[in-house]
Amino acid sequence: MPAIDPPGGADGIRAASVAPDGGGAAPAAPASSPAPRPPARLAWREAEIVRVIDETPSARSLVLRVPAWPGHLPGQHVDVRLTADDGYQAQRSYSIASPPERPELVLTVERIDDGEVSPWLAGEARAGDRFELRGPIGGYFTWTAAAGGPLQLVAGGSGIVPLMSMLRHRALAAGGREVPARLLASWRGVGAMVYRGEIAALAGGASDGAGDGRGLSVVHTLTREAPPAGWAGERGRVDAEMLRRRVFAASEAPRVYVCGPTPFVEAVASALVALGHARERVWTERFGPTGGGG
Amino acid sequence: MGGDAREPRAPEMDAELRLDGNAAAGALEELFAFEVTAAVATCEGCGRETAVGALDAYDLEMGVVLRCPGCDGVMIRAARGRGAWSVEMRGVRVLQVKTPR
Repeated sequence: MPAIDPPGGADGIRAASVAPDGGGAAPAAPASSPAPRPPARLAWREAEIVRVIDETPSARSLVLRVPAWPGHLPGQHVDVRLTADDGYQAQRSYSIASPPERPELVLTVERIDDGEVSPWLAGEARAGDRFELRGPIGGYFTWTAAAGGPLQLVAGGSGIVPLMSMLRHRALAAGGREVPARLLASWRGVGAMVYRGEIAALAGGASDGAGDGRGLSVVHTLTREAPPAGWAGERGRVDAEMLRRRVFAASEAPRVYVCGPTPFVEAVASALVALGHARERVWTERFGPTGGGG
Repeated sequence: MGGDAREPRAPEMDAELRLDGNAAAGALEELFAFEVTAAVATCEGCGRETAVGALDAYDLEMGVVLRCPGCDGVMIRAARGRGAWSVEMRGVRVLQVKTPR
C-alpha cells in the first residue's frame, strides 16, 4: 500500500505510543469548552497483535484484535501509524487480508528494507505488541458477494492482499460460491507466493486454470525465476495475450479488480480496456513503485 | 497554487511515483467526513468520469493532488495546514455521490 507521508531515514520507529482516540491530530479542546468534539469518524484505534504468521521470507500476516472495530468490506485498507520515542510519526496504508466474516483483522505486510513502517510490522513485531491504526478506509476498490460477478482478480505480488479478502469473503458469504471467479496472480518466483496453500484449497486444489467445481479457477505466473518441475501455470509477465487466454472475456462482463505495483496495474488495466473491457468495470489499486510503500 | 487545470505536470510527478485516489482515501475521509473514493468525478477539462479512487494521485506528503487519468488536469487539490484543510476542486465539474440504499 502507498505511503501517505514522506519517505526518509527515521530509524528507531518501533512500537507506537498510543493515544486512544485521535491523538496527535487535533489539539484537545480546552477544558472550558462547552462544545464536545463529535466522535472522529476515522478514529485511531489501538490494535493488539494476537498472532504472527510467516507467509514468505519477506511477508508476514499479523492477526489483530481491534476493540470496537466497525467492520469492513473486502478490498478496504487501514492506515497504520507508528510513533518513535522522539515523537516522530510514520504512517502507511495496508490492505486488509481477512474477510468481514471473521472477528479478527488480518494485515499482510511485505517488508521493504528501507521502509519506515514495514521493517517493524514485518520483522520485529510480535504477539502482544500494540500499534495504532484507523479504518476501514476506501469504498472504491471493494467487492461483496451481493455485487455478483463474474469476479476477475488480477494480482501483482503483494497486490494479492485485498483480493484475498475478496476470495475469503466469497468462500464464506451467503451465495458467494455461486459467483464464478478467476484469479490471475503474478509473482517473481515460487518463494514470493503468498497464501499459496490457502488459495489452492479455495480452488479445490486446481492451480492450472482448469477450474475446481466450486466456481473458482486460479492461475499463477512466474516472472523472474524458473518454475519448478511440474509447473502447470504461466511464465512471464501478464500481457494482453495472457489476459486473453486467462481472464473472463469482455463479453461476459466481469467485474475486474487489479492490484499491484503501479506499472503492473497500469499495464494490465490498459490491456484489459484494449481487449474490450469497460473502463468502469475495471477497478484498480496501485501500490506504488516498490509494491509495498514501506 | 495556481488553479489552471491544464497546468503541466511538475517534473517530480513521474510515472514511478504515481499512485491513485485509493491512497488518498484516509486523508480525503478526514476532510470530507464521508467515504469519497467511490464518488464519481467529472473532469472539467475533458469531461471524463472517473471514480475518485481511480484518479492519479501525487504529492501525498502535505496533502493530496488528484489528476484526471484522461487528460492529466488537476481535479482536486487539498493541503493540510495548521488545523485546517484547504481544498481546491476547480477541476471537478460534477461530483456524483451515491446515497445509501
